[in-house]
Amino acid sequence: MATYIPEEYEVVRNYDLCTNCGACEKQCANCVHKFNKAANKMVADSSKCVNCHRCVCICPVHALKIVKSQDVYRNNCNWSAQTMNEVYRQADTGGVLLSSMGNPNEFPNYFDKILVNASQVTNPPIDPLREPMETTVYLGKKDAEIKRDEKGRLIDTLSPQLKLNMPIMFSAMSYGSISYNAHESLARAAEELGIFYNTGEGGLHKDFYKYGKNTIVQVASGRFGVHPEYLEAAAAIEIKMGQGAKPGIGGHLPGMKISDDVSATRMIPKGVDAISPAPHHDIYSIEDLRQLIYSIKEATQYKKPIIVKIAAVHNVAAIASGVARSGADVIAIDGFRGGTGAAPTRIRDNVGIPMELALARVDERLRQEGIRDSVSVVAAGSVRSSADVVKAVALGADACYIGTAALLALGCHLCRSCHTGKCNWGIATQNPELVKRLNPEVGYKRLVNLLTAWNHEIQEMMGGMGINSIEALKGNRLMLRGVGLNETELRVLGIKHAGEDI
Amino acid sequence: MVIEIDEKTDFRTLNEKIRASGDKAVLLNGCIGQRYIATGVSEKDITVHGTPGNALGAYLNGGNVYVYGNAQDATGDTMNGGTIVVHGNAGDATGYAMRGGKIYVSGNTGYRAGIHMKAYMDLKPVIVIGGRAGSFLGEYQAGGIIVVLGRHNDGQPIINNFCGTGMHGGKMYLRCDSLPKSIPTQIRAEKVCGKDVKELKDIVCDYCRYFDADAAELLDASFFVLTPNTDNPYKRMYTNN
Amino acid sequence: MFVNNSGIGAPFEGEVRIPSGCAVSAIIDRSGKTMTGEKIIRSIATMHDRSNGLGGGFAGYGIYPDYKDYYAFHLFYNDFQARKATEDYLIKHFEIVYSSEMKTRKVKGIWGEPIIYRYFLYPLSKRLTNSLMDEGQYVVKCVNSINADIDGAFVFSSGKNMGIFKGVGYPEDIGKFYLLDEEYAGYAWTAHGRYPTNTPGWWGGAHPFGLLDYSIVHNGEISSYDANRRYVEMFGYKCSLQTDTEVITYIIDYLIRVKKLTLNEIAKVISASFWSTIDEKSEEEKREETFLRKAFPSLLINGPFSIIFGFDGGIMALNDRLKLRSMVCGEKGDLAYVSSEECGIRVIELNLDRIFAPAGGVPVIYKLNEGVNA
Repeated sequence: MATYIPEEYEVVRNYDLCTNCGACEKQCANCVHKFNKAANKMVADSSKCVNCHRCVCICPVHALKIVKSQDVYRNNCNWSAQTMNEVYRQADTGGVLLSSMGNPNEFPNYFDKILVNASQVTNPPIDPLREPMETTVYLGKKDAEIKRDEKGRLIDTLSPQLKLNMPIMFSAMSYGSISYNAHESLARAAEELGIFYNTGEGGLHKDFYKYGKNTIVQVASGRFGVHPEYLEAAAAIEIKMGQGAKPGIGGHLPGMKISDDVSATRMIPKGVDAISPAPHHDIYSIEDLRQLIYSIKEATQYKKPIIVKIAAVHNVAAIASGVARSGADVIAIDGFRGGTGAAPTRIRDNVGIPMELALARVDERLRQEGIRDSVSVVAAGSVRSSADVVKAVALGADACYIGTAALLALGCHLCRSCHTGKCNWGIATQNPELVKRLNPEVGYKRLVNLLTAWNHEIQEMMGGMGINSIEALKGNRLMLRGVGLNETELRVLGIKHAGEDI
Repeated sequence: MVIEIDEKTDFRTLNEKIRASGDKAVLLNGCIGQRYIATGVSEKDITVHGTPGNALGAYLNGGNVYVYGNAQDATGDTMNGGTIVVHGNAGDATGYAMRGGKIYVSGNTGYRAGIHMKAYMDLKPVIVIGGRAGSFLGEYQAGGIIVVLGRHNDGQPIINNFCGTGMHGGKMYLRCDSLPKSIPTQIRAEKVCGKDVKELKDIVCDYCRYFDADAAELLDASFFVLTPNTDNPYKRMYTNN
Repeated sequence: MFVNNSGIGAPFEGEVRIPSGCAVSAIIDRSGKTMTGEKIIRSIATMHDRSNGLGGGFAGYGIYPDYKDYYAFHLFYNDFQARKATEDYLIKHFEIVYSSEMKTRKVKGIWGEPIIYRYFLYPLSKRLTNSLMDEGQYVVKCVNSINADIDGAFVFSSGKNMGIFKGVGYPEDIGKFYLLDEEYAGYAWTAHGRYPTNTPGWWGGAHPFGLLDYSIVHNGEISSYDANRRYVEMFGYKCSLQTDTEVITYIIDYLIRVKKLTLNEIAKVISASFWSTIDEKSEEEKREETFLRKAFPSLLINGPFSIIFGFDGGIMALNDRLKLRSMVCGEKGDLAYVSSEECGIRVIELNLDRIFAPAGGVPVIYKLNEGVNA
């Protein structure tokens, strides 16, 4: 008895407009559309539809739309249709529920409950169109010793730094989870914008070594594609300890996504599952993290900053303090809304804490311990707009990672079906026919557009606050006010409620 | 080049000296816990007397490392090429995630030796353990070859519990008369025969060249070969949601 | 000491952050010759309209030559109990060489003054040794504990051979109240007229703000306050007054005393050039300024400010890098002047050798001539 699970969405076709051109059929990797000869018209099987909007966007006459299905179970505030369907799926298969992209459920989004200040009278706003407005950020340790040469001149004693033209980077997305063309788009955009993209744990494709100056390579528990040249090629190396979408677990890239090229990049045989264990098996305690950090520093002769990425979990502040004391140059904190190419639904939707709260606590804890300048902090896990960036920086972040927003710029419509490997937008797939739909020439320009616009918006908001250097915004929490937040939330965020004086 | 070390020598200074040395051969005397020796190195012959610290030969990319003493944890971590020979025991996570090169240990290894070992094209890593191996040997093994000889097993099983959990590639050769208990179901265990005989013989001969052992005598015994029965151990674990 | 003396129910100073606009002024005689406070009072009085009567103050350097080896503590007391508690504390930590109530006179427009005392002191050597701190740290710690722990007592000046005089009122009235034009002569003076935006005014909250020999007068509301505050508080400072002046003082103290940077280098941290400007500089300057910006990003003071920093043997004037506040410097022989407006200089010296408005971010440092002892 396999349960029939009614479709969530219905494909609606306007037959007055449809010309039977068949574009939708060609474009849908889920085989939703087909031509019915007998009826001489295109028909759709909505049960296969993932609502990726590819057909809607591609239809030359705009004859298609996707609507929420009217088919409903009996109303129940406790047992939602989604929850019931999940039970049916597991009863049918005995499988662990697998989902993609970030937690879609209704949890408070703290960025949406924070408002930003602006100058009036007592100090002046600055007009970013006319006046210089600096968004350049250097990531790395700032706790340099002041030393002078024999002439009394200052010596640059700083550990290696990463220079970003704006406080935004592309977060880790592995080749394998996303396509070659998606990677090329990210790499080229990072180069043009003067920021960084991140290989994720899938190794660095040989074609992309030339973008090394704008590349962060990742060392994750599976160590895929990690070897001396890989470390050497990068501007910085990120140790992935955790991911916001799935804290505490590893990852499985199924063998079917291990194409020839992915296999060469990960340096594992084609078609064999790529399994990342939950922990690094050389790290079972904080002092072991120090061992891995320094083994990479030794291997790269202390020339590159080491980033340690952790998921935002309950005790994140203490963990970050430990990481800061273990030699990391940068800590990336990934909140529970962060995206993923595949994660067990239950983990994604139930584990971890919001990035805003984690960031606020980490920044404050590092300051209380007097070590905030021994490490930079990068916030990740659903940074959706320039306003989120501004708020994150004012809470204490040095920079932000964006993943989902970058994929949206490349065409993603958040259908959350990455794990099926049939991404119609050519992003989360290794199918060559689908991959070529994403033209990297177009893709990289769209990423450049997006971040150029964001940077301008960041400058506008800074200017309004009378700030012309992003450094002066970092940790400047008096620039923030909460709305509709309770005392505990305000205390954790370290901000006042709107209406309270400065 | 000979470098005399004592407990005051810090690893960073030592490793800078080794890297800076123009000599191919480097001899370290009195090593006592200095970490990251030969890390990321590709063309040196480093001989260590004493007790090298953790992460010996991490990301090793070529050359040779000879240890006269016991190696600690994470030896050959993410190693890509070269050879590490330990005249003694090696600690936990020996050869973690190694993709190339060879590690020969005359004595025992700790927990998780060869965990997540993998292979790619002509990169085919080998770990030979002369004595016994701790639990979780070859966990998640995705490629390469692990050989356990059990030369001095003190009457105990040559591998401990949970050998090969999640193994989905590569091979393990175990020199024993009967198969240890608790081999997981996704692993196929057979008596060595056919092509494997030659492969095993070559590896054991290599091992004997480094240590004072007789290959013929070692090979004149019962060997099991362990291989995974699927490339995709978790294929049926998930359901799309 | 957190007195709300207006009765209008506004918050106490120190409980909220109080931005304020202001006037600043300074004079130094680089030959070391001393002058009374008369000139600096006239200078700041000319800029009367930049203050609103809610605060004024002065710092004089070289004013206590007879006690120049002793810390001169100036204290505000609300009442006798506060004085008793403070003196008990001082006796435990210092050798008190001289103490007396400060001489003041009644001036129209000055009211609600606290009890004002002055002490010349030296740390008890055994206490100092046992504290494992250097002398400066020891004194600062004692000042902080009096201010934080003794209700109704506030140390508002704690340097050697210098003193801060301040209160609620227009600065020229405050100067006369303290008899600066008659009782004191120093080689350098700075002055401040305050225009706070949301406080009834509190005597301790007037400026200059001092820490040991350092004093700061400042004009403008900075935008980087909380970024700066949260950074310096990592190093043991506590910004209890929540004013820009306080945090700027701590930043400068940290960079001079702890990091051992020069005044010129400090200017490149707190009023750093834009990256694009740095790029056009010589290799040498580029290296230095890039390093300083990279190493101390959180100490960039952003938004409008002009400050005059007083220290033992000199003054430094500095504008923000966009030069959003006015400031003029003048020179006449050994005399040098800094003022928010030119009139504040011309009123005391009509014929100047040189007068100029320093560029944003470029410090102007006037020190006593070589060989001159303050």
